[in-house]
Amino acid sequence: MTILFYIAAIIAIISTIMVITRTNVIHALLYMVVSLLATAVMFFLIGAPFIAALEIMIYAGAITVLFVFVVMMLNLGEEAVKQEKQWLSFSGWIFPAFLSLILLLEVIFIISSSGSVPISGKVIDPKLVGQSLFTTYLIGVELSAILLLAGIIGAYHLARRKKKVVHRFLELEGAEE
Amino acid sequence: MNSIIPYLIVGAIVFVLGIFTIVYKKNAVGILMGVELVLNSVNINFIAFAKFVDTGIHGQIISIFVIILAAAEAAIALAIILNIYRMKATVDVTQLNKMKH
Repeated sequence: MTILFYIAAIIAIISTIMVITRTNVIHALLYMVVSLLATAVMFFLIGAPFIAALEIMIYAGAITVLFVFVVMMLNLGEEAVKQEKQWLSFSGWIFPAFLSLILLLEVIFIISSSGSVPISGKVIDPKLVGQSLFTTYLIGVELSAILLLAGIIGAYHLARRKKKVVHRFLELEGAEE
Repeated sequence: MNSIIPYLIVGAIVFVLGIFTIVYKKNAVGILMGVELVLNSVNINFIAFAKFVDTGIHGQIISIFVIILAAAEAAIALAIILNIYRMKATVDVTQLNKMKH
């Protein structure tokens, strides 16, 4: 089990370095997904399967899809066409796919070999986490619900296309630029 | 493996690389990715401490809240980036030093 942890840690560090070195945003996003998956494997190994599942669902799923949509909306002119050819290139996705394959083999090995026993000690299962969330940390759950609601409203308000204000002074000010 | 040290080392390396991403990248989306990496490394530390020091679930609960915070932060920040792109037609942060508009 120790060697599995080191493999996952090395994959996380390598893919994080590749996030820095890639100039193409989509390629960097792919490597960030691999880094988050490696972190999820580490969480699984340490005995936190619920957090590992949440990490994959929210980080590697939802947030990354949000990033991809925003990169798609930032249409950067003729460079975008050139980039789009590079996105489909073989060298763009083969190395992230290779790192992900190692992680997949690791998870298959964990599940098939020893049940769900982590490196040491006990596994904290989702039932315990849920019980603690809805008893001790109930205030935190409520507050994070309010935070997410405020986040939805704020994101909608910020990203909405503003209606053009027809006002002579503002028009004049805009015309100067 | 009954030591907390490897987890903390991995967390520290990912944290430093995330900070380096924030400083190094010129693309606003890349900077936001660095922020996500930093929050992720914080999660590694929380889980490791929950395992080895606390031997409970409190660290895991805190890391759930960190994940929720990261989701809300990403939504707001990406909306801000979209707004900046509509105003300036670029997401290069070196050209955004004049925020009055």
